[in-house]
Formats: sequence, structure tokens, C-alpha cells
Amino acid sequence: MVLGAKEKGKSMNQDNSIPIMPVWDQQDTSRIPFWAYTSDDIHKQELEKLFYKNHWCYVGLEAEIPEVGDFKRTVIGERSVIMVRHSNDKIHVLENVCAHRGMRFCRKKHGNAKSFICPYHQWNYDREGNLRGVPFQRGVKQDGEVKGGMSEDFNTADHSLTKLLVATRGGVVFASFDHDVEPFEDFLGPSMLTYFDRMFNGRKLVLLGYNNQRIPGNWKLMQENIKDPYHPGLLHTWFVTFGLWRADNRSELKMDDHFRHAAMISTRGTGDGSAETTNVSSFKQSMELHDPSFLDVEVEPWWNGPTAVMMTIFPSVILQQQVNSVSTRHIQPNGNGSFDFVWTHFGYEDDTPEMTERRLRQANLFGPAGFVSADDGEVIEFSQEGFEQKPFHRSLAELGGKEIEETDHMLSETLIRGMYDYWRKVMGI
Amino acid sequence: MGTEKYLALTQFYQQYAVAVDQADWDTWLGLFKEDCTYKVQSRENYDRNLPMAALSLKGKGMLKDRIYGITETIFHDPYLQLHMVSSPVVINESKYLIESQANYTVFRTKNDGIAEVYNVGRYLDHLQVSSDGIRIKSRLCIFDNDMILNSMIYPI
Repeated sequence: MVLGAKEKGKSMNQDNSIPIMPVWDQQDTSRIPFWAYTSDDIHKQELEKLFYKNHWCYVGLEAEIPEVGDFKRTVIGERSVIMVRHSNDKIHVLENVCAHRGMRFCRKKHGNAKSFICPYHQWNYDREGNLRGVPFQRGVKQDGEVKGGMSEDFNTADHSLTKLLVATRGGVVFASFDHDVEPFEDFLGPSMLTYFDRMFNGRKLVLLGYNNQRIPGNWKLMQENIKDPYHPGLLHTWFVTFGLWRADNRSELKMDDHFRHAAMISTRGTGDGSAETTNVSSFKQSMELHDPSFLDVEVEPWWNGPTAVMMTIFPSVILQQQVNSVSTRHIQPNGNGSFDFVWTHFGYEDDTPEMTERRLRQANLFGPAGFVSADDGEVIEFSQEGFEQKPFHRSLAELGGKEIEETDHMLSETLIRGMYDYWRKVMGI
Repeated sequence: MGTEKYLALTQFYQQYAVAVDQADWDTWLGLFKEDCTYKVQSRENYDRNLPMAALSLKGKGMLKDRIYGITETIFHDPYLQLHMVSSPVVINESKYLIESQANYTVFRTKNDGIAEVYNVGRYLDHLQVSSDGIRIKSRLCIFDNDMILNSMIYPI
């Protein structure tokens, strides 16, 4: 890394160097420096400050572990954790690192276990993460003498797995390494909580399955993708042509008080389109489906109007309702330049077989092969390529002005500006 | 199964690979029956009896819409596919129906890039035999990859 602009007394824009201590050398968050996506040091700080402290991170759905002893291995940030059902009403989340030699002992993605045993030296933990016993704690008897064993003062109670704080609401499970984190409801804030409860209103969820993709881009780009209502009506032909997401749809952009979480709320238009929308190159007037059942939408009472609500819960998850397709999308970073994106599709316990079929059919629009979502992964990959080649430069998020405010339309990048306002505060940058 | 029929079956699997590798979508569509199903599903979902799939198409209409999608509507990095398909294993057969499976490996090559292993798995098929030759009633592509490398545009 070369010496920064400050030392040379020049502004960053005239100098191709990156400062050693990053400073936000832009007027406000309508400009975002590329180094926010390319620096490994920033990435490590983000894991500490955003994923491991002060925040609740998504781990899964209760429906994934319905029986006592069911577990699912997943991650928070880059730390492997196990979500396990201890009893009918108690779920624990434990770090997947043995207290003895640090091995990531749980290798199965899911299963059922009475206890967890690290195979290396058979240290045995119960489903609450307490160490139950270690082999040869009291040594071995040889020639009438006890030999070896743990120290006198070794106490199994001091060697539990790392236990996380757990919050469940409406069948969704969040956890935090930080036991001083604010209550989950306060973390979401009242307005986001309303939209969360709309989708998870107490009905039992039914797991439909997963779609997993590895996207070679910085994890924040996926948060930004779902805080950016500008692109869907332009990039996604399907959305434009069938009115699912278009600039002239009735829409709202909302945030929590910290601007970290957001909801993009939209109601489907008629699809015939005003001049502004049909002039965009991705609008295909003549496009007709051979099989219209891809878009056989049935209005559900719990929507209370909006046909799409896309929520970003910072930093770890996106909650999707796009007509009848509902899913959680879990962001799992691996390094500054790549993340795994895990989609968990579900339905509700009172769904008819026809509704289940409809949710599955509409899922063809989403995920790594989706008519709509496949190109999101692609544009994120190519954005990262641009950042890597020009780390001294910055991107622009000025649609709707430079302020951060809620809107009653979708032609604004306010949610991205809001996210970086929060990011700067937490990161101290 | 007689050698002649098995030879025709083997030829069919290779013809399918040629069609997708050449991005010859008309030929690809022609290998399916009207009321076909075509699914690309992770082994994780398949083994756990979870219905979700990366792609789940029912009927030739949906297949045509998918082709329209990949040629006209989805923005993506151009890439080439190369399929290596094993000899099929016949699971069941009657005069007009064959149930069979074969392993596949798909290599992906992007512009300015080198070939990489993109997707590996197996086809699980129900095929119809008639005087026109063999057509697909249902093809399930079950892939081992836990992670799809970013996106999946073309059929497997």
C-alpha cells in the first residue's frame, strides 16, 4: 500500500493512492469510495463491528429444525455456528469450534443429535453447549498408579462451546455473539418490525428448500442491490414488462431510525406502461409468455396491499416477498471479494397444494438461475471487477438527491446513502 | 435391452450434449415431449425431499420461455458450455418407455478465461420411444455442487 494523499497534500481525486488509515474523502454518502469494497482490512473490521458485535444476525428458520435434537450448521459472518433445537420451545446457537483444540467439529449440514462430540479427542457437549466430559480426565491406572489426566483444577464448566444469544420471532431465528446487544425488537425498530411481522405473522412456516450461489463480489453489494429500487425496472426485463417492479408502480422506501435496515414496498401496476417506462430498452412490448402460469399470481390476505416488500436486515439477511414467492436470503461473506448467498424458500402451514405449487413455479424468477435474479449476481461480479481495477475511485448514489429520507416513490438511492451513513458511524470512518 | 436400442439411447444422450454445447436451442427443444418436465435441482434438496429447484419447468411452453429468457431478457456474462456425459445406465424399460440415468460434467469457459468445472451431477430420465425416435418425458438434473458459481443461465 502506498502512502496516502494526506501526506502529499493533494486531494484523493488527483492521486491514485489509497490512504493507510481510510478516511471518507467524499462530500457525503452520495459518493462511495471503491476501497470500501476492496480492502481486506476494512473487511476484517466489518466482521468484528457489524457481524460479531452490536447486531443480530440471521441463522435460519425454526421449520428447518422441527424436532428436538435437530440441528443446522450455518455461519454468522465467517464464523461457523450450529443452530440446535434443545426442546420444543428452546433453540440454542453454538459456535462450531471445539473448546479443546479448536477444531470445527460439526461437518454435517444438518441432522439430529443428542450431544455433539468432537471426533479428535471425543470431547462431548450437550445441546446447550456445556462440556459434559473429556476422556481420561482422571488419567489412566498403570501398575497401581494413576498416570496422566487433566490438571487438578480442570473444570469442565470452564470449557463450554461459545454460546450465542438467540432471538426467535415468527419462526425466524437470529443470534448474536454479543450478549450486550439490544433486544431484537429494538434492533429492528418499530417500522421495520411491522413489515417483519407482516411476513412472519405467527403461522408455522413450511420449508420448501434451498438455492445456493457463490458470488464473486463484496457482500455489501447484495445489501445495496436490495436497497436500490432504480435497477429492477431497468435491468430486469421480466419485472418491467409484466409490471412487477416498475418506476410508475406505487412504492415507498422506508428505513429504521439508524438507516441500517430498509424496506422497499411496491404494488404491481397494470403492465401497459407510461412512456417513461416503456422507453427503457428492457421493456419488451411484444413479449408474451408461452406459459403464463409463471405469473399466475394469487393475492393473499396477509399482503395488505403491496405485491412486493423487499427488506434488508443489516448486515446478514434479505427478506423477500415478491408476489407469491417468499424467501430469506442469507449473506455469508468469505473475504472482501466474495460471499455465499443462500436462499431458503418457504410457504405457510395453511397453504393449499395449489398455493405451494404457485410458490414453487414463481421461484423460477429467483435464485441463481432466476429469470430476474440471475443477473443481480452477474452485475455484482462486474462491479467488483471495476472496483478492483480502480480502488482510488468512487461510485455515485445520487438519485433522489444527496439527502437521506423516506420516499413515496422508487426513483431514489436514499437507502444506499442511509446504509453508508450508518456504516461510517459504526466503522468510525 | 438389445444392443441396437442401447446404441440409440447412448446416441440420444450425446445428441443432447451436442445441442446444449452448441447453444442450438431449437434442437434442444425438439428433444422434449410437449408435456415434459425439466428440472435442475441440488442434491441437497433432492436427497432431503425438498421440492425447491434452481429451475423447474413444466411443459414445452415453459422451456420456450426459458430459451427466450436466456437469449433475450437475462443479462449475463457470455460463456461456453462443454458437457461430458457418461454411458447411460438403464434402470427400467418397457417397449415405449425407458428409465435411465447418466453422469455429467459441465465445463464453463468465459471470454478471456480458461475452462473450469462448472457443474457435476447426474441426469435422471424418463424417455419415450416412438417411431420418431427418443423424446424426454422428464429430465431431472441433480447436481452435486453445494454452490452454483454465481449464476446458471443455460440449461444443463
